[in-house]
Amino acid sequence: MVNKPESRVIVVGGGLAGLAASIRIAESGVPVDLFSMVPVKRSHSVCAQGGINACNDVARQQGYSEYQHFDETIYGGDYLADQGPVLEMANWAPRVINLLDRMGVPFNRTGEGFRDLRLFGGSLFKRTHFSGATTGQQLMYALDEQTRRFEAEGRVTKYEFSEFLWPIVEGDGENKRCVGIVAQDMRTMQVRAFRADAVVMATGGCGLVFGKSTNSVMCTGGAASRCYQAGAWYANGEMIQVHPTAIPGADKCRLMSESARGEGGRVWVPRTAGDNRKPADIPEGERWYFLEEKYPGYGNLVPRDIATREIFDVCVNQNMGVDAGNQVYLDLTHKDPEYLTRKLGGIMDIYEKFVGDDPRYTPMKIFPAVHYSMGGLWTKFTPGSYRPNAQHGLHKPGQVPPIDGEIGRGMSPGAHDNAMTNIDGLYAFGEVNFAYHGATRLGANALLSCIFDGLFCGNSVVNFVTAGAPSERPAASLDQRLFDECVSAEQGKVDRLLQSVDSARAADEATNPYRIAIEMGEEMTAACTVVKTGERLTKTIDKLAELRERYASVCLGDSATWTNQSLSFTRSVGDMLILAEVIAKGSLQREESRGSHYRLDFPERDDERFLKTTIAEFDPAGTGPEAHRLTYRDVDTTLVKPRPRTYGRVDAKAEPAKAKAPATAGAAS
Amino acid sequence: MSAVHVPSETERIANRKKAKPGRTVRFRIKRCAGHGKPASWEDFDVVTEPGMNVISALQRIAANPVTSEGSRTTPVVWDSGCLEEVCGACTMVINGRVRQSCSCLVDEYAPEAGDVITLEPMSKFPVVRDLWVDRQRLFHSLKRAKAWVPIDGTYAAGSGPKESPDRQGTRYALSECMSCGCCLEACPQFTIEDDDAKWDESFIGAHAISQARLFNLHDTGKRLESDRLEALASKGGVSDCGNAQNCVKVCPKHIPLTESIAAMGRAVTIHRVKKFFTSKK
Repeated sequence: MVNKPESRVIVVGGGLAGLAASIRIAESGVPVDLFSMVPVKRSHSVCAQGGINACNDVARQQGYSEYQHFDETIYGGDYLADQGPVLEMANWAPRVINLLDRMGVPFNRTGEGFRDLRLFGGSLFKRTHFSGATTGQQLMYALDEQTRRFEAEGRVTKYEFSEFLWPIVEGDGENKRCVGIVAQDMRTMQVRAFRADAVVMATGGCGLVFGKSTNSVMCTGGAASRCYQAGAWYANGEMIQVHPTAIPGADKCRLMSESARGEGGRVWVPRTAGDNRKPADIPEGERWYFLEEKYPGYGNLVPRDIATREIFDVCVNQNMGVDAGNQVYLDLTHKDPEYLTRKLGGIMDIYEKFVGDDPRYTPMKIFPAVHYSMGGLWTKFTPGSYRPNAQHGLHKPGQVPPIDGEIGRGMSPGAHDNAMTNIDGLYAFGEVNFAYHGATRLGANALLSCIFDGLFCGNSVVNFVTAGAPSERPAASLDQRLFDECVSAEQGKVDRLLQSVDSARAADEATNPYRIAIEMGEEMTAACTVVKTGERLTKTIDKLAELRERYASVCLGDSATWTNQSLSFTRSVGDMLILAEVIAKGSLQREESRGSHYRLDFPERDDERFLKTTIAEFDPAGTGPEAHRLTYRDVDTTLVKPRPRTYGRVDAKAEPAKAKAPATAGAAS
Repeated sequence: MSAVHVPSETERIANRKKAKPGRTVRFRIKRCAGHGKPASWEDFDVVTEPGMNVISALQRIAANPVTSEGSRTTPVVWDSGCLEEVCGACTMVINGRVRQSCSCLVDEYAPEAGDVITLEPMSKFPVVRDLWVDRQRLFHSLKRAKAWVPIDGTYAAGSGPKESPDRQGTRYALSECMSCGCCLEACPQFTIEDDDAKWDESFIGAHAISQARLFNLHDTGKRLESDRLEALASKGGVSDCGNAQNCVKVCPKHIPLTESIAAMGRAVTIHRVKKFFTSKK
């Protein structure tokens, strides 16, 4: 691959997706400028615990296949994901694991020295590779080390403590192309333009829109929101995953990995409400293992949205929660403590440190919390070589899978537009890419989608800058005026915020950015998580309009021109409010229930009306909810035919758990 | 008001039991506008909530930065990320001892109304502002130690080497290092150095020595073993360790740092002897 020396790529975000992209692009000979708000080693990907999915030799001999991994992901996501990219990801997965293994990730091992495997939600096969209960951290470190190697060779330049402010876009309409970014140094506060022939957004999710979530403090969704406001489309915003098992805290909700259930953890409450005996004193027959009872096949390993709704139903509607609160037991005490330390040490320690009980001997008390955004920036792809004459059903274990695991079946390798947003040259990788998880993400598929995007779609970026529009018209050759204008626009926003510092108004809660953020988080958690209703969502949209109005006269608490964290936070609150509106409006207009999106007033999946991707376009001239134009685009279901998503539930037809009231996940305790 | 100290594990458990929510606790915070600028202390009173940690107290202060004397001040600046002790960002000196602030529970440190918790930035790194320090040097040390596996490239080339569960267990324990810098803050041999030109010759630190061991334990990582040992044999390497053993006591991940230092010390000696006899290089 020959490229002009002036070609450069910017990667924004240094989590798994950003680092995988940086490594692949730098390796191909294109220098990378890597921007991150934190030293990349501290990115949110370190919080991932349970593992990473891939078909493997053992599972294959038991009848599993890449195709089945693909099918599980589509079924888990309730058919909302376009099928080509998911097939390609599943087919690629074993290659991703092998690469991580070569990089030295300390995957847990079997006695003979092979990579160990565990069960995870949405599958009856062991296809999850893991490194204790800190798999994300271990994968991050491996990619961080490889990135450091390229950095030492001068092929990756890091800009840490840099905040992405705006994509620089030239041209209009269909001919828009991203040619750089504006970023602010979080210490010197200098606002600068950086040119690039392509920009990869790898900026993760938006958990902070919900106040307390399992996300890290920088996961505001601010970067995605800014791209959206600059014209990139945002897709399926309403698809927010609420993880069933977390510990509510004063500052965040701490995740207790699905691997706890994968390793045998059982969810239960006492059969008698108000039974306040110690859990160990409650005999087996007086415990209600409600997930195992309702889903005899998958048991505790039903997908997250289902487990979440069941736990919510037990606590909120049936008032059966432990100690009459919003909590259920996640019990591992029947397992050997030494085994638990080896397989789950990381989360055992977190629980013990923050709650004070040792989960090896006392069942954990957990409740659902906002965890992941399936929605994100809308991206394109070029379909791969597979063209079915007819759709396929579920792969029957032991039979030949309908589609083999070769590269290029689902997506065309190296096509310029794979994972490219509607703006040429602006890509979205990892959680901020909406493409893979539909209406619910299966556990241990997130790490996979991040690294797959980086490696597979990284090639698309390289091909685009070397043979696409930038090869004719490199960013380096463009008039400086465009870049200067973008910098002064951003500097103007910074100055306006700095000028809002006003000691006379400092104590006014109405315009306090922290207060606005708390109210947004509480509202979004109450209305836009486990159970949604049209009535409640309408109120939310009004509340968000009120918060936006208050934000318009927000009062910053710090006028410092050096390391002003208050400025960065306050700016992100404005961007989060925009995303919150996209999420709320998408939730209101999707009058059906699908995956994580459960509408009490529309409890059935409605393929006729809503087997469609929600696409939000921002209109800078619009006010309040009118600023977001929502359209719906058909989902590609050419490979697998949609079927009812029941997970073998015994008591009823194909419908999700019943629930009465809007949720208060995460905020409860 | 009890004197500021670091509670033992037994005290922490007892404190947690007796602490009542809704009491007012005082945070005494060292403020500083930047490296080389004068520092001063400010007190803030915070009403506790169940499960409150130092981070959530700092969040309350940021939302309404009014000191105990009632004067409005600027929000305190601090570094944080995951808030569950896996990213290393929120490391600071609390009651005189370095640790992560996310896992520091207010009930454990200040069980009575009026109890004081002191927060200071780490002293071995330049202050950016208030509690936020610049730990770039720590990552630079990982370059010195060539802390990576030299793979051929990212294209498919089969799986990595097989590994025994024991070896994996050893490597995993070392690989949990989150580059927080606790071991450096506690080390008498590691001193602040803001001239980055001198980083290559100043003490590399326990974390990087342990990472060198981690990668020497990997079948492919081993290919760079002699480079790593060369780095550890030179100025600022493993022989600068004064054996105070503070590092291992403050490591939040219980990484066997002194074991790593001893192992690397022996490996460097063998490396030197070999080099002498083979006069390679």
